[in-house]
Amino acid sequence: MIKTFRPKLELLSNELIQKIMDEAYSILENQGVFIENEEALDLFQEAGMKVDPHSQRVHIAPQLVENSLSATPPSLKIYDRDGETEYFLGGDEVHFDPGSVAVTILDSETQQERKAVTSDLIRFAHLADCLEHLHFQSTGILSTDVSEMVSDSYRLYIGLLFSKKPIVTGTFRIEGFESMHRMLVVIRGSEKNLAEKPLAIFDACPSPPLKWSNLTAQSLIDSARAGIPSELISMGMTGATSPATIAGTLVQHVAENLSGLVICQLAKKGAPVIFGGCPVSFDMRAGTTPIGAIETMMIDSAYTQLGKHLNLPTHSYMGMSDAKVNDAQGGFETGIGAVLAALSGVNVISGAGILDFIRCQSLEKLVIDNEICGMAYRLIDGIAQRDNPIALDLFKDFAADTQFLVMPHTRKWYKEENTFPKLIDRDPYDIWVSKGRKSITARAKEEVENLLQKNPPVLPDKETQKTLREIMLSDARKNGMPSLPKIDLH
Amino acid sequence: MNNEKFLNTVKKAILEGNKDDAVQLAQRAITEKMDLNKVIENGYIPGIQKVGQFWEEGEYFLPELITSAECMKAAMKIMQPELEKAQIDIRSEGTIVIGTIEGDIHDIGKNLVASILSANGFDVVDLGADVKLETFIEKAKEVNANLICLSALLTTTMTGQKKLIELLKKEGLYGRFKVMVGGAPVNQKWADDIGADGYSENALTAVGAAKKLVEK
Repeated sequence: MIKTFRPKLELLSNELIQKIMDEAYSILENQGVFIENEEALDLFQEAGMKVDPHSQRVHIAPQLVENSLSATPPSLKIYDRDGETEYFLGGDEVHFDPGSVAVTILDSETQQERKAVTSDLIRFAHLADCLEHLHFQSTGILSTDVSEMVSDSYRLYIGLLFSKKPIVTGTFRIEGFESMHRMLVVIRGSEKNLAEKPLAIFDACPSPPLKWSNLTAQSLIDSARAGIPSELISMGMTGATSPATIAGTLVQHVAENLSGLVICQLAKKGAPVIFGGCPVSFDMRAGTTPIGAIETMMIDSAYTQLGKHLNLPTHSYMGMSDAKVNDAQGGFETGIGAVLAALSGVNVISGAGILDFIRCQSLEKLVIDNEICGMAYRLIDGIAQRDNPIALDLFKDFAADTQFLVMPHTRKWYKEENTFPKLIDRDPYDIWVSKGRKSITARAKEEVENLLQKNPPVLPDKETQKTLREIMLSDARKNGMPSLPKIDLH
Repeated sequence: MNNEKFLNTVKKAILEGNKDDAVQLAQRAITEKMDLNKVIENGYIPGIQKVGQFWEEGEYFLPELITSAECMKAAMKIMQPELEKAQIDIRSEGTIVIGTIEGDIHDIGKNLVASILSANGFDVVDLGADVKLETFIEKAKEVNANLICLSALLTTTMTGQKKLIELLKKEGLYGRFKVMVGGAPVNQKWADDIGADGYSENALTAVGAAKKLVEK
């Protein structure tokens, strides 16, 4: 059998890759980066780099970048809550997860954005757990019924309770790391077990251009030491916070991510790092940051190629839309993004459910996007040679009335060759009418309820629930919140 | 160069966003002892107004808009000492203290707003990014500001907007300085909830919103 060809998208020539790399290294060495974190500055000082403590500017020598790159694992594994199912991040493996972090939810009834509360976060985590093409969950919505001070740990708390899937998350405050880490350790049983079988990925975003805030640098350091993979989320905005050209933004992207990678390796040699991002092509008319723009997706696909060139696991925010409701724009921007991301071989693709410049999460969209992700997976599975010969045997007795429907060959392969989406409309017109002329959003709304009812959430054991709650409550109390919203644990 | 022609050159420099020309023409107006008030009223201001018009019509995008605003600022900076010497009082739309809240080092949105407000005749004191709440209030008192503009890009620093208003209330300054909020996660409802006087979705609407608040 001929080996199945993996369809692949590459936007950059080797020559351009080399040029981008050279310029990124040059910026790191000559202009340097700003790092507003004492501990990170000390680490650079110890590594013999030129550090200006006053301006907090660090010049990073190419040799240190090289050493850090060779210390970084080219792939990693993360595990679900039970520690049983493992997911490989590396090569061209693709895993989709919901985008984050939305500050509103699209209300199922009114189809308008509103603030989310605990019950929304629960439904979101539970639903993500039910959707087969989302391999991971994310802490993708902020809950407004808890203090903003604990919104980072609270979303992780809910996610760990209501979904077994590995989780993409991150801190909003330096102290957030401690309770979030403790929760993860409780699930795994020990710090050592957690480091061996990571359950969560922590996102950390540099502030373009070329700056790591105190919070994000600390997240890199803390995660590295705990064995938690850090996802480096460089997020230039073309012509606003990064160069106007796509190639120019890629130079900055590489420089920012590499500086983050060096921080991780200085904190703990061998720390797992994912080369990610959320750059956008800034809209010069509206002054907005369209995630559904084709140019945004081009930057994403290209930096993924650069990440692979550096032999690193990759991540991208793709498969999202700037539409405000689940309309045609919502679908096509998401579809194009998800397909391009899969073709680019991005290891972690965060985006499902997202609308409105990553402001809004929609459960209906999450269900629709699950099917888009299913299509993308099918695409990258490629076209296989199933038999040898491919078709000659089928035509052996070729006649005018040859019928493929009844051939054993058809029964053998049609389920392997095709996917069978649940929501996508493939009915003849009259049947569609007889089913009530429902749009995909209406069907998705029904499917959300259907999935949640049919699949009760699989919660951690009672003891773990109790300990998680204690950690969350202690964090809340330290931040002026005497009690937590009531959660129905069935 | 006759007067009309000179004013047209000024207008053109602003419209095309040519900073060197905008500054040199201001310098020349000073050296040649022209009536600076007239140069501004009939040269620079019509220039920036035309920029605004081009923006409205969809001819200009943000880079043109901001570049022209920056030219205007640079030229005004050259002329300011002369205007003060001659005791010419260029009518200010009001004084604004602006900055991005502590913990937030994103300042692209705030920079746009500051630049556009300044080009539209406001005296803008830009405190930069990662600014302590107390600093906003101290500065507002010092320059007797009409308005404090608070930007936040992060959902976490957004709460600083609420805290600033609480701080103003505590110090009995709520109402003395109007507060306008903005930033990606911010909306009108949030502004209403925290008791902010105004909200602006983007840099352009900020001008109208600021004028309204200052008039009140």
